[in-house]
Amino acid sequence: MISVNQVSKRYGTKTALQDVSIDLPPGGITGLVGENGSGKSTLLKTLAGLVRPSRGSVQIDGTRVTRRIASKVAYLSELDAYYSFYTVGDMVNFQASQFRDFNREKAQEMLAFMNLDPSVKLKTLSKGNRGRVKIVLTLSRDAPVILMDEPLSGLDPMVRESIVKSLISFIDVDKQTVIITTHEIKEMEALFDRVIAIKGGRILDVADTEDIRDRQGLSVVEWMTQHYSLPS
Amino acid sequence: MVADSFDTSKPIYRQLADQMSWRIIRGELKTGEKLPSVRETAVEFGVNPNTVSRTYSEMERDGVVETKRGQGTFVTDNQAVLDELRERMKQLHIEQFVREMEAMGFSAEDMTAGLQQYIEKRGSMQ
Repeated sequence: MISVNQVSKRYGTKTALQDVSIDLPPGGITGLVGENGSGKSTLLKTLAGLVRPSRGSVQIDGTRVTRRIASKVAYLSELDAYYSFYTVGDMVNFQASQFRDFNREKAQEMLAFMNLDPSVKLKTLSKGNRGRVKIVLTLSRDAPVILMDEPLSGLDPMVRESIVKSLISFIDVDKQTVIITTHEIKEMEALFDRVIAIKGGRILDVADTEDIRDRQGLSVVEWMTQHYSLPS
Repeated sequence: MVADSFDTSKPIYRQLADQMSWRIIRGELKTGEKLPSVRETAVEFGVNPNTVSRTYSEMERDGVVETKRGQGTFVTDNQAVLDELRERMKQLHIEQFVREMEAMGFSAEDMTAGLQQYIEKRGSMQ
């Protein structure tokens, strides 16, 4: 479903990604984990067509990734950008006008699930509720691929918990291929079918989470710590 | 939340099977009753729906539940299987108890005497 072939990305003299190759089957939730500056976000943006690889290529569902891949890929940015005069409902309408796969019914259902009032202006919302709106906008698309950059980052524990529950409720793990970058591994690891560990722009390992627990007797946090402590 | 209900260094699908079995044995899920849907259970325990599917098929393999096409997953009405499950859980708890008591240096006599005493004391208080 997602295939990354020997992708490198340099910004000037800095290397963000180094010879990355990954093949992901369709369906399931993949966690992309690593420390700050490991290349997680760059890799995710590369998949979303927002960053062009310096070398190598990315394919999603047989299509070479360019910016136009947005029709197949729902991308949740870690940034918090919005028009201050927009209401929650305006934002939903805007998103619906941009994407043919936008499911209004699902959006309504999610807004209710998260206790969000469509008539409220985005600028008056708490940071937690803006985080929730972003989740609604992303998951209301019936897109075959969903990419989420740090969906829990900077939010308090209660908001994080409600977002985790909404991911479980509204992602269709049979039909949608999801990749989530996160620092909050402990809170999200039960959501992941598999994890990719990345460090210094290189892939350290890709593993099935239940295999890690079953064969190695490790949690995902311990598994990642172990990989990080090995000399690269 | 996840962190509270599971040891994340052990397979979650098996721990979830234990929890569901516990509910069946305690009668919270009755013979022949429909289990919550995969999605409902996933949301309740904060785990991936694929994990729940794996739990349900594992329990089906053990004969504890049955999946009826298009209707969902049900607790078996085969009482012998449920009795066996209950017996297995008993063994599991005894093993754990004995292991921990041994680790603290208690002998078999200490354990049985301790158990006996506790049960009598508890009986007189009720």
